[in-house]
Amino acid sequence: MIDPGQLPILIVIIPLFGAFAVSLAGCCLSKRWCLPLTVLALAGSGWAALATLNQVIARGPLNYRLGGWPPPMGIEYVVDHLNGLVLVVITVVALLAAVASKRSVEAEMPNRINLYYPLYLLLVTGLLGMTITGDAFNLYVLLEISALTTYALIAVGRVRALHAGFNYLILGTIGASLYLLGVGHLYIMTGSLNMADLAVILPDLYNSPAVLTGFILILVGIWTKMAFFPLHTWLPNSYTYAPDATSCLIAPLMTKVSVYIMLRMMFSLFTPAYVFHHLEVAAPIVWLAAAAIVGGSLLALTQKDFKKMLTYLIVAEVGYMVGGAWLANRYGITGAILHILNDALMTLCLFLAAAAIIYKVGGRKLADLKGIFHRMPLTMAAFMVGALSMIGVPPTAGFFSKWYLILGGIQAGRWEFVAALLFSSLVNAVIFFRIVEIGFFEKPESGEVAEAPLSMLVPLLLVAVSLVVIGIYSGEIVTTIIQHAVPEGI
Amino acid sequence: MLETITSIKPLLAAVVSLAAVPLIVLAGKKPNLREGVTFAAGLLKFGLVLSMLGAVLDGKVIEYSLVEVLPGLAIAFRVDSLGMLFALVASSLWLVTSAYSIGYMRGLAEHAQTRYFAFFAVALSATIGVAFSANLFTLYLFYEMLSLATYPLVTHHQDGEARISGRKYLTYILGTSIGLVLPAMLICYNLAGTLEFGGAGFLAGSGASRELLLVLLLMFVFGFAKAGIMPLHGWLPAAMVAPTPVSALLHAVAVVKVGAFSIFRIVTGVFGIELLADLDLNDIVLILAAITMLVASLIALSQDGLKRRLAFSTIGQLSYIVMGAALLSPKGLTGGMLHIAMHAFGKITLFMCAGAIFVATGKKYISEMVGIGRRMPVTMAAFLIGSLSVIGLPPTGGFISKWFLVLGTLEAEQPAMLFVLLGSSLLNAAYFLPIVYRAFFCTPEEARFGDEVREAPLWCVAPLVLTALATVILFFYPQPFANLARLAARGFIGG
Repeated sequence: MIDPGQLPILIVIIPLFGAFAVSLAGCCLSKRWCLPLTVLALAGSGWAALATLNQVIARGPLNYRLGGWPPPMGIEYVVDHLNGLVLVVITVVALLAAVASKRSVEAEMPNRINLYYPLYLLLVTGLLGMTITGDAFNLYVLLEISALTTYALIAVGRVRALHAGFNYLILGTIGASLYLLGVGHLYIMTGSLNMADLAVILPDLYNSPAVLTGFILILVGIWTKMAFFPLHTWLPNSYTYAPDATSCLIAPLMTKVSVYIMLRMMFSLFTPAYVFHHLEVAAPIVWLAAAAIVGGSLLALTQKDFKKMLTYLIVAEVGYMVGGAWLANRYGITGAILHILNDALMTLCLFLAAAAIIYKVGGRKLADLKGIFHRMPLTMAAFMVGALSMIGVPPTAGFFSKWYLILGGIQAGRWEFVAALLFSSLVNAVIFFRIVEIGFFEKPESGEVAEAPLSMLVPLLLVAVSLVVIGIYSGEIVTTIIQHAVPEGI
Repeated sequence: MLETITSIKPLLAAVVSLAAVPLIVLAGKKPNLREGVTFAAGLLKFGLVLSMLGAVLDGKVIEYSLVEVLPGLAIAFRVDSLGMLFALVASSLWLVTSAYSIGYMRGLAEHAQTRYFAFFAVALSATIGVAFSANLFTLYLFYEMLSLATYPLVTHHQDGEARISGRKYLTYILGTSIGLVLPAMLICYNLAGTLEFGGAGFLAGSGASRELLLVLLLMFVFGFAKAGIMPLHGWLPAAMVAPTPVSALLHAVAVVKVGAFSIFRIVTGVFGIELLADLDLNDIVLILAAITMLVASLIALSQDGLKRRLAFSTIGQLSYIVMGAALLSPKGLTGGMLHIAMHAFGKITLFMCAGAIFVATGKKYISEMVGIGRRMPVTMAAFLIGSLSVIGLPPTGGFISKWFLVLGTLEAEQPAMLFVLLGSSLLNAAYFLPIVYRAFFCTPEEARFGDEVREAPLWCVAPLVLTALATVILFFYPQPFANLARLAARGFIGG
């Protein structure tokens, strides 16, 4: 049996070594081994993440010193309730997306399978590392690892993906640089990069303008990475033109991990007292979040390409989480954290369905969806579950995070945020029922198209079912995990 | 204090038809087996509801909590006399409508019948779910489920008209429930920390100001747009593109009465009679109901499409129920609740007649139905009985509920509403009786049909005869519903 103390490192190291193994297998053995090995590595990592979360729930936060070096000099991994949950989300989403990617990767890039899956695993490693690390600089390094692999995973797609990938490269690098600059400010002031250490030193320096500058640089850097309105412009194109398998991985995860980092910076590096009361920025940020929600929803409404439409919905959902976090009350922050989980799953559900449809139908335009309910009933049933969760219809998961977010808005008296959330629910209803109208009423031009292959259908249906199950167990998740993740004193 | 029984029966009664859906789909290739499943589910549902009737009539309450999703936010069931009354109406009429569906759908050789029967079963699960909801959250959940399950039924024909109507349907129903009911429910939760219907209204004692309560009340009254309070009634005439059994059961009974029922719950379980009376908040609801009642009846007069005329009639009649709730007096409440049942039997008869006429002759417009009484005497006799009930004349059940409502207006000292009720009844007579008159009494030159009697298929005619008989029987023997309504009214007033 593995020593529970070793679990945190396993989460990261399994996909890292898995990447090498897949690469090796791709060269020396056969490309057929790439996907099974990838799935195996992700399953191993997922098991470690679940076991870690169990440990955290049972015994409280875990620390792991890399190479045995004590912090603040050495790098430390810290798993608490917040990132324990995020780690599970990352591994589960990556695993399901990998299983579903089989056919679309074979179809889109038959010659690059041995290059694709190592990159896929490296990206997941980067995301897991960013989430698990307790070191602000180490976070930057892993941010770059995940960013570089993402560029490659996007650009390997269609012709326009090259341009979109470049766009992402530029803005992503700017975001990462801002973050690094911010961390640099803090390092100059404190001489430390360890988050726990920083949290001890910083309170004495809260009046320093350098610390303030550092915080704001970090915040803006992360916002760029998470495509927080109006810094979202890079996201829709790069996610739309990326290969479908890539979209299914990055669309649910990238923004959510960035939201996690924002929460970590706000509440672990700094304190709620500093973030909400010392700085008087919460009000404009909630306004900005409301603008993100309204803007993202409206832009989604104007799209004719359904994959692109879904990417704009991500922009709106980012507004949900940022706004919730900055409501500065328990309901809002609980809602934001719960929404990390829920939004990852419902985005995955919608993108998996989109990938299945594109694979079968061959087009991404709304007009390609004619008669789709008749042609792919199971895929569309799962798609509708994802859609209802986005709209926020109980008992799907999306309803319950929205419930917390709206309650938080009401309690904080931030009616603009409440109105934006309701508005987005209504616009989402229009968006998805427009698809219903096209898919249900219009006759397809070509003949019958059969249902998606099982490798796509099974993960999709699993996610759809999980949206309802997680919805019903929302309370359980909140009491065992999330309420411990909300900072004290809120 | 009411005696409480814990039993899983309310949950079973709600989900039995949902559980039947996979079977209906699997049996899709064999229509007789498929409809057999529908009947089995219907009988089981009706049986489960009936099995709880005795306990409820004894003044007991049956509860079952499925899961508490968030603190104070549970999916839970609670069978009281009001819920029992509505469930009894919906589950018994589902059986009748299922028989009628066979005659209608097969008579017209409609497409996608499996989908039709499957979503019908989902809709009935949602209806019973609403009836037995123990709290506002559970009610909202089933309310939304009903909205979504009804969409494929409304748009069954999948043509341009169905598409436009479906869009209108969702815009009104989903738009108001998300835009108004959801925020109102959240504000209530924030004020009171609970959404339970159990007591005398959970907003009582929450300390909210009169202005806030008024806004909340209006958000609920308009938000539950299935009740068709003007100006949010436009979806109902549009929904008439659906196959007639859908219009009959869903848009005369289940869906629309879920709306009126929800408003009843809001008045009695969320605000409470006492709070509304103390703050004089009911007048605005009375006025809205009165306007809807009169305007809808006037519009109905001018409709030539038979189903559209029936739809506007329904809009007006729904406001009787809302008015009954808003009178806040024992007799008014009793009348409102009774009207849920009485109007259901009358109006479903009328819709099934309209469908039978369509199946037998292909006619949709009243102007084309001159002399149809000679061709379809049974159907038109049933139509007469249904009309009498909706107008509120003896010997039909509609008389009883309207009688209580009239007494309620006197009891509540709302003489203006008394005149509204009487005026509306006159208008009801004015838009129904000419149809019947022209069906039987016309010169041979005017008659559009020959003397030969040719009714619709038996599966179409038998159900409507049954409901017409029931309408008459309910005049002489209204006890099951009347006792439930009286019991409920006593519970709400707290006397």
